[in-house]
Amino acid sequence: MSLAELICPAGTPAALRTAVDAGADAVYCGFQDATNARNFPGLNFTPDELSEAVAYAHARGAKVLLALNTYPPAGKVDLWRQAADTGVRLGVDAFIVADMGVADYIARAHPGIRLHLSVQAAASSPEAIRYYCQNFGVKRVVLPRILTIPEIREIRKEIPCEIETFIFGNHGLMVEGRCSLTNYLTGQSTNMDGVCSPASDVEYTRHEDGSMSSRLSGFTIDCFGPDEKAGYPTICKGRYTAPHRPEGYYAFEEPVSLNLSRLLPELIDAGVHAFKIEGRQRSKSYVRGVVSAFRQAVDDIRAGRAANIADLVALTEGQKQTQGAFETKKWR
Amino acid sequence: MTRLTLGPIAYHWSADMRRDFYARIADEAPVDEVYLGEVICSKRAPFHEADLPATIERLERAGKTVILSSLAEVMLKRERKATENLAAMEAPEIEINNAAGLFARGRHPHRIGPFMNAYNEATIAWMAARGATHVCLPAEMPAPAIAVAAQAARDLGLGVEVQVFGRVSLAVSARCYHARAHGRTKDNCQFVCEEDADGMPLRTTDDRPILRINGIQTLSESYVDLLPETGRLVADGVTHLRLAPQAVDMVAVAQVFRGVLDKRTPVDEADARLARLSGDADLSNGFYHGAAGYRRIAMAAPA
Amino acid sequence: MSTGLGQSHRSQNPGQAVVSRLACAVVQPLLSRVVRRIAARHPSLFARLGPHQSTDFLIDPVELPFALHLRPDPHALVFRAVPRNTALRAGAVIRGRFLLLLELIDSEEDGDAAFFSRDLEVSGDTEAVVRLRNALDDVDGSIAEETAAIFGRPGQAILARLRHSYPPGLKGHPAP
Repeated sequence: MSLAELICPAGTPAALRTAVDAGADAVYCGFQDATNARNFPGLNFTPDELSEAVAYAHARGAKVLLALNTYPPAGKVDLWRQAADTGVRLGVDAFIVADMGVADYIARAHPGIRLHLSVQAAASSPEAIRYYCQNFGVKRVVLPRILTIPEIREIRKEIPCEIETFIFGNHGLMVEGRCSLTNYLTGQSTNMDGVCSPASDVEYTRHEDGSMSSRLSGFTIDCFGPDEKAGYPTICKGRYTAPHRPEGYYAFEEPVSLNLSRLLPELIDAGVHAFKIEGRQRSKSYVRGVVSAFRQAVDDIRAGRAANIADLVALTEGQKQTQGAFETKKWR
Repeated sequence: MTRLTLGPIAYHWSADMRRDFYARIADEAPVDEVYLGEVICSKRAPFHEADLPATIERLERAGKTVILSSLAEVMLKRERKATENLAAMEAPEIEINNAAGLFARGRHPHRIGPFMNAYNEATIAWMAARGATHVCLPAEMPAPAIAVAAQAARDLGLGVEVQVFGRVSLAVSARCYHARAHGRTKDNCQFVCEEDADGMPLRTTDDRPILRINGIQTLSESYVDLLPETGRLVADGVTHLRLAPQAVDMVAVAQVFRGVLDKRTPVDEADARLARLSGDADLSNGFYHGAAGYRRIAMAAPA
Repeated sequence: MSTGLGQSHRSQNPGQAVVSRLACAVVQPLLSRVVRRIAARHPSLFARLGPHQSTDFLIDPVELPFALHLRPDPHALVFRAVPRNTALRAGAVIRGRFLLLLELIDSEEDGDAAFFSRDLEVSGDTEAVVRLRNALDDVDGSIAEETAAIFGRPGQAILARLRHSYPPGLKGHPAP
C-alpha cells in the first residue's frame, strides 16, 4: 500500500497553516507573480512569508512544494530562474514544473532538489512521462484528470516515477498547459502570466427580472435565472449556442467539481502515491473542511476501516459533483 | 529568403476535398513548404492516410518541401503507436507536437510544432541540443517575445516559424466537443465534425460569435491576419510564415502574402484583398500586439 | 456594470432616513476604533490589497439600518457607517446578511459557496472584491472576536447574542 500522501493547496500563509494543522502531508504554493498558474490578485506568498511557512510546515512534519508551473516567455526567463534559486534557499522540498527550460535549469543548477511534473506539462502517455523522467530526473508526475483507473494501472507499470492524481476540486477538461482561451478574450495569458479568466475582466450584471449574467471582457459567458446557483465566468464552463443548439448549452463542461473520495481505496490499490486537493484560490474554511475530511478517509483506509466522507456538496462550485473520467471512459 | 508554409489541415475534410485542395496547392500556390498529417484526432487518420504517399509525391514534384506533423494529444494505444511510427520515419521531415514524439525520436533531426510550448530561449536551446532543426512558436506569443525567441533560434541555426493567417488553436481536450454538441461521445461520434469544414461556430447566449469547435480542439473565431506585420516579423528573424488552411481560396491567400513578401503589392491593398478572401470572418492580430487575441490593433504604419 | 452602485433598491420613508442617520452617528466612533485596531494588528492585510487600498467598498448588511463604507488605505483609513441610499460611488459593493458577512470575514463560511448559492451579492470591480477576500482569508483567528474584544465583555456578549439570533443554516436571498 502506498503512502497515499495528501497534497493540499495553500493560497495564503494562513491557509497553509490551516492545511498543515488539518493533516496535510504536503502543501503546495506559489510566489506573487507569473511563475505559477494561480497568479490571482492578493493571493500567494512573498519570499519572507514562504520562509516562515517552510519553518511552520517542517516543524510539523509536512513538506512544501513550490509551483513554478507556467511557461516563461522569451526574454523573461530570469524571473523563473530567480524564483527557483529563492525556493532552494528557503528550503522547499520540491518544485512543480512544466516548461522544459525551467526543468533543465533546476536540474543543472540545483541537482539535489526534487522535480515534480505539473499537469501543465500535459504528459498523458508513458512515453511523454518517461521523456521528462529521463531528461530532467522528474520523481513524480501529476497526471491529467482525464485518465481512468485501468489506464492509471497500466501507466504505473511503464513509468519509473511516482504518480499523483487530483482527488477533489475544480474540474476542467481542457488539456492544461495547452489553453490560451483566457488570452484570446482578455490579453492576459494562462501559460505566460498564470491567470485564468482573471477577476480584473469579470463583471456580474443583475437584470430587472432577477437573473444575473457573468461576463469576461464583455463576452457573456453565462446567465443565471433568479433561483439558479451562480458561477464564475470561466470560459470553458460557460454556456453558448451552436447552430443546432440555439437554446444554449454547456459546450465544454458543466461547472461540476471532482470528488473521488469513494474511489480512494481503488486508487491507492492502483499505485497512486499522492492525492492532490485543488483550490489555492479557495478559502481557509474550504481548506480546513476538505483536508480534514480526506485526512480522516485516508487514515481510515490505511487502518482497514471503511472511509466515510462527509457531504462536501456545498463547497463545490455549482454544487454538483462528479467522479470524472476515473470510473469510465463514456464521457469522452 | 522568407519561406511561406501551409500548416496541416486542422478540420476533418474528406479525402476528396483534400486531394483537390493539395492538387491546387501543388500546381498554383506560391508556398515553399507544406505540412501534412492529422494533428487533432486519430480517428480521422484512416480516411486520408492512404493518400499520403501520392500527395507527398505530387507536392515534392512541384518543388514544395513536405513535412509530416504528429498528433497534439497522445493517449490511446493507437495514438502512441502512430506517434512512434512517425518518429521512426527517415523521410520526409517530421514536426513533433507531443513529448511522446520527442521520446520516440531521440536525437534524430525533427521540427518542433506549435503545441510543444517552445515559448523561450532556454526551452529552444534545450530542444536544439536534442536534434530540433526548426521551431514553430506558440500562437499567443507577443512581438517582443517572438523577437527574442527568433534570435535565440537563429543563433542555434534553427528555422523559426510564426502563424500569420487563419484560425489559431486555443485549446485541446481529451473530450470531443463536436460529438458533445450532438449528444454523442468521441467513441460514437459518427464523424460529425466533417459537417463543419471551417469549424463549428459557437456564440454567446446574447448572440455574439466567440469561438470555433473542431473535434477536441477549440479555435479562435477570428482569422489571425499578420500580413501588415510580416515586415517586422522578418526583420526580427522569423524565417517561415505559416498559413493555416481555412475553407477559403488558400491559393489566393498565399498569392497575397507572396506579393507582399516580394514587395510587389502594397500592404494596404493586399490586406484589403485578404479581408475579401476571408469572407465573413473577422481578422485579428491581438496576440502579436500583446492584447486580447480577438482584437484587431491597427498599426500606425505597416513595417 | 451593475446599475445603482451605492444606491439601494429599497426606498426609505423620511422616518427611516432619520433613524438611519442617527444610527450612523452613534456607530461611527466605534467603527473608527475597530478599523484602526485591525489595521495595527494585521498589516499583511494591506499588502494583499495592492492598488485596491484606495478602492471604496460598500458593505451592505441588509438587516442593519445602515451600510458600511470601507476604504482600506493605510495612510487614510475610512470605515464609516453611511445611509443605505448614500450617494457614494463605490468601486465594489458586497451585500448580504450581517452574520453571513461576519462569517465571511472570519472565513468561517466559504465565500464561493455563499456567492454561488446567491446568499451574497457582489457587484462592481470583481478584482477588488477578490483581493479583499484573499486579504481577509490570510488572517489567523477571528476578526469578529477581536473586534468584539475591543469593547470588552459587553462587546463579546453582543457578538454571542447576534450569533444565537440567527438559526443555523439560514439560507435564502436577502429580504428586499
